[in-house]
Formats: sequence, C-alpha cells, structure tokens
Amino acid sequence: MSYTLQFGQVTGYLPYLAGGAWISLQIAFLAFCGGMVIGLFGAMAKTFGGRALNHLVGGYVTFFMNTPQLVQIYFIYFALPDAGILLTSYEAVLIGMTLNAGAYLTEIQRAGFESVHRNEMEAAETLGMTLMQRVRYVVLPHIARVLFPPLSNQYILMTLGTSMAAIFGVEELTGRAFNVNAETFRSIEVFSLTAGLYIVVTLAATLLLGLFGRFMFRAKMRLY
Amino acid sequence: MLARIVAEAPEFFSYYNIVFLLEAMLATFALSAVGCVIGFAAGFFLAVSRRTISVLLLPLRALTAAFIEMFRRIPFLVTLMMVFFVFQVLGLDISMFSVALISVCLIATAFIAEIIRAGLESVHRTQWDTAAAMNMNLIQTLRYVIMPQAWKIILPPVFSFFILFIKDTALASQIGVVELTYAGKVLNNKGFSAALVFGSILILYFILSYPLAKFGARLEQKLAAARNS
Amino acid sequence: MPQLEILDLKAAYGQEPVLENITLSVEKGEIVSLIGPSGSGKSTLLRVLIGLLPPIAGEVHLDGERIDYGDKRTLRSLRDRLAIVFQQYNLFQNMTALQNVTIAPTKVKKRPAREVEEEAKTLLSKVGLGDKFDAYPDELSGGQQQRVAIARALALKPEVLLLDEVTSALDPELVNEVLDSIRLLAAEGMTMFIVSHEMGFVRELSSKVAFMADGHIVEIGAPARIFDQPEKDRTRDFVSKILRH
Ligand SMILES: Nc1ncnc2c1ncn2[C@@H]1O[C@H](COP(=O)(O)OP(=O)(O)OP(=O)(O)O)[C@@H](O)[C@H]1O
Ligand SMILES: [Mg+2]
Repeated sequence: MSYTLQFGQVTGYLPYLAGGAWISLQIAFLAFCGGMVIGLFGAMAKTFGGRALNHLVGGYVTFFMNTPQLVQIYFIYFALPDAGILLTSYEAVLIGMTLNAGAYLTEIQRAGFESVHRNEMEAAETLGMTLMQRVRYVVLPHIARVLFPPLSNQYILMTLGTSMAAIFGVEELTGRAFNVNAETFRSIEVFSLTAGLYIVVTLAATLLLGLFGRFMFRAKMRLY
Repeated sequence: MLARIVAEAPEFFSYYNIVFLLEAMLATFALSAVGCVIGFAAGFFLAVSRRTISVLLLPLRALTAAFIEMFRRIPFLVTLMMVFFVFQVLGLDISMFSVALISVCLIATAFIAEIIRAGLESVHRTQWDTAAAMNMNLIQTLRYVIMPQAWKIILPPVFSFFILFIKDTALASQIGVVELTYAGKVLNNKGFSAALVFGSILILYFILSYPLAKFGARLEQKLAAARNS
Repeated sequence: MPQLEILDLKAAYGQEPVLENITLSVEKGEIVSLIGPSGSGKSTLLRVLIGLLPPIAGEVHLDGERIDYGDKRTLRSLRDRLAIVFQQYNLFQNMTALQNVTIAPTKVKKRPAREVEEEAKTLLSKVGLGDKFDAYPDELSGGQQQRVAIARALALKPEVLLLDEVTSALDPELVNEVLDSIRLLAAEGMTMFIVSHEMGFVRELSSKVAFMADGHIVEIGAPARIFDQPEKDRTRDFVSKILRH
C-alpha cells in the first residue's frame, strides 16, 4: 500500500478552511463572553453570597466541571426538545459551551477575588482613599493583573474546544474539514492542514494576548 | 419528559444495559489512565531531553519543542481524525480503541512534558549547579536531587490532566470507540429517551470524575504542605 | 610547575562582562585568598574554575594540562579533583546532612557505602555536627548548613578546594572551629582558594592575596605586602576600611 501526500488539491480549500477558523474564533468569543458574565455573578455569589447561594453555585460548577462538554451538549440538543425546548444545533452548541465556560470562569474569577489581600485594602485606606478610589486604583488593577493570564489560557483552550461543534454539523474549522474531506478524500492532507490552522490561530492568540497583558497590566506570564 | 423517564426507567436499567454501561465506563477510564501513564513516560523523556546541552542533540531538542508546542494546540477531535486516517492509509488494521489510545498518548505526552518541564524548573538552579560541580551526570542529578524535589510539583497537575481526559475522551465516540458516550448514543438509538440516556451518562461521568477530582485536590493540599520537609 | 594556572581569563553573564584579565597561578599546597568588595566577581571566579560558567576567553591549566570547559571528559576529570563550598551552601534539600555528604562519593565515585558512611560521620563530627546526621537542611541553622557543605566537599577528597566565604554565617566560636579545620587542611598540603573577609585569618594562612574589584585583579601579592604596603589606592582604601573594623 503506497500513499503519496498531495496537498495541491487541498490547498485550494485554504480560504474556505480559514473562514471556518474565523467562525471557531467567533464561537469561542461568544461562549467566553457569556461565560464571563455567568462567572462574574457566580464568583460574586460564592464570595459574598449566603450559604444557599454558595451551594447552588457550587453545585453548578462541580457538575459542569466533572462531566464532558460533549454530553452536556447532547443533553441540551437531544433531550430538551422533550421538554418543549427546541434549539438549532448552533444554539445548542453555543449554550452548552457558555454554561461550561461559566463554570470554569466562576472558579477562575473567584480565585482572583480571593487574591485581593485585606492588608492591601487597609494600606489604601490609610492613604485616605475612598471606597470608590480603592476599588478603582487598588482592587481592579490587581484583579486584572492576576486574572489576565488564566483567562487568556481559558480562551485559548475554548478555541480548541469549539471543534466539537463539528459533531453537531456546525461549519466551523473542523466542520469544514469534514466537508472538504468528503469532497476530496485527501484525509491526511485535510486534517494536517486543519491542525496547522489551529496551531497558527492559537499561537497568534498566545502572542497577542501575551503582548497585550505585558503592555496593559505588566502581567508577567507564561501563556498557554 | 419526566413521565417518559419514569416509564422507561425499568426497562432501561436492565441487567444487560447496566453491564454494558459499566464496561463502557471502564473503557473511558482505561483510555485516560493508560494514555496518561504512557504519556507520563514519554513526556518525561521529552522534558529531560530539553535539558540536554550537547550541540549534537540540538535536533532532538528542536523536535521535542516542536512536538510539545504543536500537539497542545490541536483539538483532540482533529488528532483523532489524523491518527485514524493515518492508520487507514497505512492499511494497518487496528481497533478503534487503539486509535483513540494513541491519540490520547500523543496529546498526553505533549501536555505532561510541559508539566514536567515546569516541575524540573521549579527546583532552584543552584541545586542543578551543585550536582554538576559534584560531577553528577544528568541521570544521577535527576534521580537523586531533582525528581525527589520536583515530583510534588509535578503530580497534582498531571492528575488534573488525567481527570480532564476522562471527559475529553467522550470525543472518541465519534470514531466508534465503545466508551461511555458511545454507549449513550447506542442506547438512545435503541429508542430510550435522550433525557434518560444522556442524563444517566452525565451522572456516570460525574461518578467517575468527582471522587478523583476530590482526591486530586486533597493530594495537592497534602503535597503543598509537605513541600518544606 | 604551578598546579593551577589561570591566564587572561574572561567571563560574562550574558552580555555583561563579570571577569576580565584574570591571571593567577597557584603552586601545590598554596592558599590563595580572594578579597574585594561585594560584586567584584570573587564567587564568579570560583564558579568559572569549577566549570559552572564557561569562560569566554583565556585559559586554565591544571597540572600543565589545559582545561577545555566545553569538553565533557576534561570537565569531568577537573571536577574529580576540585571541590567547592558555595557561599549559599546549596545543600540538597531532599537529603539529610549525612546523605548530602555521602551521595557523591557513593554514587559518583562508586565507593563502598559503608566505608563512605563511616568517613562522612567522622567528618560531620569533626565540624561539630555529630548529633545532626539525620537532620534535613531546613532543620539546620545557616552555620550548621555551612558546616555540612564543608564536610560534603571534604568527603570528595579534592586536590584543590574552593571555599566561598565559609565563615560568613558562623558565630565567633564556630568561626574559630572552622578556621582550625582549614588550618589543618593547609598543614596537610591541600591547595585552596579562599574567599574571606576574616583578614587576620587571610593574613596568617595565605600564600598570596588577590584583591579584586569590578571583575579585575587589582593587585596580587604576599599578604604582608597587600595589607601593609599596597601599591594601588583602591587596595589601600579597601584594606584600611576592612582593618578598621
Ligand atoms: N547569575 C547571575 N546572573 C547575572 N549576573 C550575575 C549573576 N551572578 C552574579 N552576577 C553579577 O556578577 C557580578 C559579580 O558577582 P559575584 O557573585 O561574583 O560577586 P562577589 O565578589 O562574590 O560578591 P559578594 O562578596 O557579595 O559575594 C555582580 O555584579 C553580580 O551582579
Ligand atoms: Mg560571592
């Protein structure tokens, strides 16, 4: 059995695949933003909320962190219609990813809140700062610096995670790779090219986020 | 939805289905566990090879760095497809479980190599220097000086990665590996309601992952406390 | 023929030159003391000698043989004959005092464990740690760790010993104990490089004193000459300051 790699036929699809990568980035971005909002409320509930709220959020986080995202989306897509909730595959994927991201981002942001030390606040108070000033000049910059690296890493991980949308027929990068494969049958070439695109996209994200973090927050970090 | 679940439940939890699910659960566990053990061995080798200094080994170092950097940036699903098609093209007849296992090994190697690299670096440079000044070679330095100090740093994230992969191997259902998620799809196709099937599958994953995660957190605390002794 | 000869040595950390024009020769059994202000490159010189920082120019000869710091084999034979006590002790954190002393003789030199252990216990007892064999570095005081480090270096039976401020963390009584051990080694004819601020001791034992500043050897000579009739202003300043205390 001999097989010669032939990229010629496949490279023509490069723009099509790159377009898919753009969709992957969009899905990751939407899910990330949604997850950030959930995570912000979740982290505040865990930090400042009462016991009941704490348990509720804790249960949500624990459940989503200990089950696969794929099966979560299966449940949303296939089981919710029984309860009268009909979603398109794109919606189901997006909701699943958002809920999943929300759990991880709750944990990340909670850790960020906890890293604000009391004595830092007290030091600011002795300088005569008002509460608003303290939040603005001490707390927020601190949280931004601490949170930026893990949030960036989560974003990159989520970009890779979007590939499972292909299973539900969403035509993002991996979905389009399946399409090209079905047309050309140059499987190895198609999927290496796809892998290459994921590498390029995440490397670019690492680079840009790293520069941004260093410039904006003087965050010293080793990104993904 | 609930009424349907209750109606189907007795038939769903038949002896046959339960055994089927437990076997699938075992496959899920094995895929991640075996992959991580092999990944640990290979990752260790890669992490150590990056610490060599000989000019002759420069190509090895470059290759290792590229491998680690690349395989951490390819989605598991894409790695699965690549491995799957490579074996198909080579005409080698191996089971889908093996295809998935090889994919897990590739990714685990890359991730764990990175974890071990960070662990080795966590041991202060002077410890490496001192060992070198006493004429220890790389293997002796690792065995007697560095690893006894670094394993406490290395173990918790490796364990987290293992738990992460219990969940990520759900994607192996896509190529037909009979693991937990695939078992769910089979039962769903047999006509059981999606809510019952995937609800159960979610719970089974939770039963597998949650105790391990708890154990991992305890392990991390214990090791962090023991660091200075 | 000098046992150790350093010719026009140059070393740098990255782009930053730390040592320049270092020329120095030592006969067997001689003791060379390095003195000089903080940051002048004393520790760095010892690190270069034992091959932890490859020099970027110049030569080092051991018994007339040129050391190629890029070559593994000569580096190994060099380290077989030199031992160093680091300024920060650098004990292996995962080993007890006794294991710190026995590890290299048993695992690197492949000597019988029992014999090495006996020797190690004697050495540790000699530096006043007879009751600390099983203590880990973080259970020992700075001075105790320093003495373990000395015992560890001696267990290697080196021909040349590099000592980096080995009395800096000790209290006065112990200083004398450790200095006595060094005197004993000197009497046995061991060649030594000593970085020290104990001027009385330096004066008493050294065959040569090298005054370093800014990575250069400013002046080198017999202790009496360096301390009593320094030629350079830099040296005179430093010596007068340090003797005043
Ligand atoms: N690892 C390093 N990386 C970069 N520069 C270094 C490093 N170690 C030392 N230096 C620099 O090299 C110069 C010489 O340092 P060295 O430690 O040799 O001084 P020293 O004479 O031993 O000082 P001290 O008496 O304080 O021990 C200093 O300017 C120091 O900042
Ligand atoms: Mg020094």
